[in-house]
Amino acid sequence: MSRTHRSRTALAAAALGPLLLVSACGGSGGTDDTDGAVTELHVVDYYNNDPNKSVWQEVLEGCADEVGVALRRETVPGGDLIAKVLQMSSSRTLPDVLMLDNPDVQQIAASGALTPLDEFGLDPGGISEGVLAASMYEGQLYALQPVTNTLALFYNTEILAEAGVEPPTTWEELKQAAADLTEGDRYGLALSAINTYEGTWQFLPFMWSNGGDEVDIATPEVAEALQLWKDLLDAGSMSQSVVTWSQGDVADQFAAGNAAMMVNGPWNLGTLEAVDGLEYDIVPIPAPTSGADVVSPFGGEGWVIPRTGDDARTALAAEFVQCLTGEAAVTAAAVGTHTVPTDPALAPAVVEQVPQLASFAEQVPNLRARTGQLGPDWPGQATAIYEAVQNALVGGMTPQDALAQAQDG
Amino acid sequence: MVDGATALPGRSVLGGRVPSRAGRPPGRHALRRRAVHLAFLVPALLYLLLFFGYPVVKNVVMAFQEYTTATFYTGEAPWVGWANYAAVIDDPVFSRALMNTGLFTVGSIAGQFTLGLAIALFFHKRFPLSGVLRSLLLLPWLIPMIAASAVWRWILDTDNGVLNRALGLLPFVDGRPAWLTSTSLALLAVVIVNIWLGIPFNATILYGGLQEIPDELYEAGALDGATGARAFWSITMPMLRGVVTVVLVLGVVYTLKVLDVILGLTNGGPANATQTVATLSYHLSFREFDFGMGAALGNILILISLVFAVAYLRLNRRAVDE
Repeated sequence: MSRTHRSRTALAAAALGPLLLVSACGGSGGTDDTDGAVTELHVVDYYNNDPNKSVWQEVLEGCADEVGVALRRETVPGGDLIAKVLQMSSSRTLPDVLMLDNPDVQQIAASGALTPLDEFGLDPGGISEGVLAASMYEGQLYALQPVTNTLALFYNTEILAEAGVEPPTTWEELKQAAADLTEGDRYGLALSAINTYEGTWQFLPFMWSNGGDEVDIATPEVAEALQLWKDLLDAGSMSQSVVTWSQGDVADQFAAGNAAMMVNGPWNLGTLEAVDGLEYDIVPIPAPTSGADVVSPFGGEGWVIPRTGDDARTALAAEFVQCLTGEAAVTAAAVGTHTVPTDPALAPAVVEQVPQLASFAEQVPNLRARTGQLGPDWPGQATAIYEAVQNALVGGMTPQDALAQAQDG
Repeated sequence: MVDGATALPGRSVLGGRVPSRAGRPPGRHALRRRAVHLAFLVPALLYLLLFFGYPVVKNVVMAFQEYTTATFYTGEAPWVGWANYAAVIDDPVFSRALMNTGLFTVGSIAGQFTLGLAIALFFHKRFPLSGVLRSLLLLPWLIPMIAASAVWRWILDTDNGVLNRALGLLPFVDGRPAWLTSTSLALLAVVIVNIWLGIPFNATILYGGLQEIPDELYEAGALDGATGARAFWSITMPMLRGVVTVVLVLGVVYTLKVLDVILGLTNGGPANATQTVATLSYHLSFREFDFGMGAALGNILILISLVFAVAYLRLNRRAVDE
């Protein structure tokens, strides 16, 4: 064999080498031995920013101690969680305990990736019926949700006092107050009618409180709620920018004094506290008529146990999740992250420490699940709802037409 | 596009000129040599199959399946034939998205190309600091799109945006245009931002093309009385034709699939006013988790792009032949 030949063969081998190496690496790995006692639990959640991250770190460590294992926690950004879960599903690397946003629980349960919690005798305790509806799928319990949040009406006490306006309790009062409070560059009200699920979430308290239902949105009850938003916009009581504002933008507008009132949730308490000179208070969302019940959706996350096929780990994970809905964990999480317990019995202790949570805590027994009726089909209908809202607000359609089109589409 | 170009020399290597010299069957050495040649091709071939072939085939197959979140766990994706395509095309938003995609692409390309060419011509005449100014043009490329779109949202804000505040100072302008929140202006606003983003690409490539035109042509033209506009239409444009084709066709393919600009500014809204095929596909796949329908829309987009890509390859080949 000539010299050139040999060197060419070597070169070719060298060129192929890395590829073989790569494929070899790809083939193995991913399996861990299951012998011996379980020493740690792998937990994945999306509380990746402080203060929530460190509050939950303490809660999770507390429960890990109680169960007697070490905690291996992984936090991912909120928007990436579902992608991460799907990736872990297909590579069979799901964690022992997983946190899911409550409207996603049924979707993931439907995929078969979760263990029903009834098998382990987990006890939902006093968690309210509405909250449990989002944790159930086909009659079985898949998640335990310790704390929750919802929407309420924030108002700038200084501006309302100056204008001599009382916080509104009905839709009529809301329209009047918002008009009276609008002056110069300042709008009476800010809310989020954005074309994402956030916009749908903000519309639900108005739609549900008026008797509307997500299964069929082409009804007069839903149209009246949408008409209220349209009236507020047409009267100039809120900026047209509501169709692009996220809830974060709404809070910014409120904090800057560009809006006298806003529809928002308790997760803003920390940032609003830090704004110099801002005096505000919180009341429930106005009801359609005086004395009517306000029905709001609830936010927050449930803890689930993925199917990992390892009984010993799963049993420990069940103990761990049960601990997360215990009184100590719930109180610490609620106070630290400005949320309210899903078990109304635990609320008084939390409200005592964070009085601004009162308006949110009193809504808990009436809270309604977004996925209670539609389950995994909720995302499609949630899209239809925000599209109808946008078509009515800025698309030149009447609320009736916009809702009818959305329901058909 | 790349595979055609790289595969051609490969074929001539395998064509077997070597053993034909003596007219007898290839010997052990020749075979070995051919095997070595092949081995050199394998990495490139594997790369293309893995990173270009597989995703395209996967996407085509996925569009015929009911591919949902459950598929990731169970690995099962029932075959549904053309149902995904039917559902996607039946959706009233689809025709809107298709029209928006067309308007967005035509508007962006027209603006980017005209302004890019004007800027390239401007900088073709050397003047003090022209080098510095020309490099400043690349700025939009250096800013992450997420940051740029956040800043543009501030600029275009109806109530407190810089643009409307500046317009308010003008005596004859009344009203505050709702750039991102009215259905009639949102598409225009998104196109304007995309033009800003595309100018560096157009200007840079066209400037390079201008550098290639020999000065002698202009000198000869000037002797015959062709200066100014006449020189531009009779010398610059014909000489630039190849570069212009590249810029336009690549521009169309890039613009058809634009996602970040629109997601960052309007997320397809308000009321679907800026919804394009690309953003709709993204929404179906990653917000509603209906990957089959998302893939069907994605394939329609690929098909549209393919028309332009083929046009590009044909025009390119003709330019090479000339």
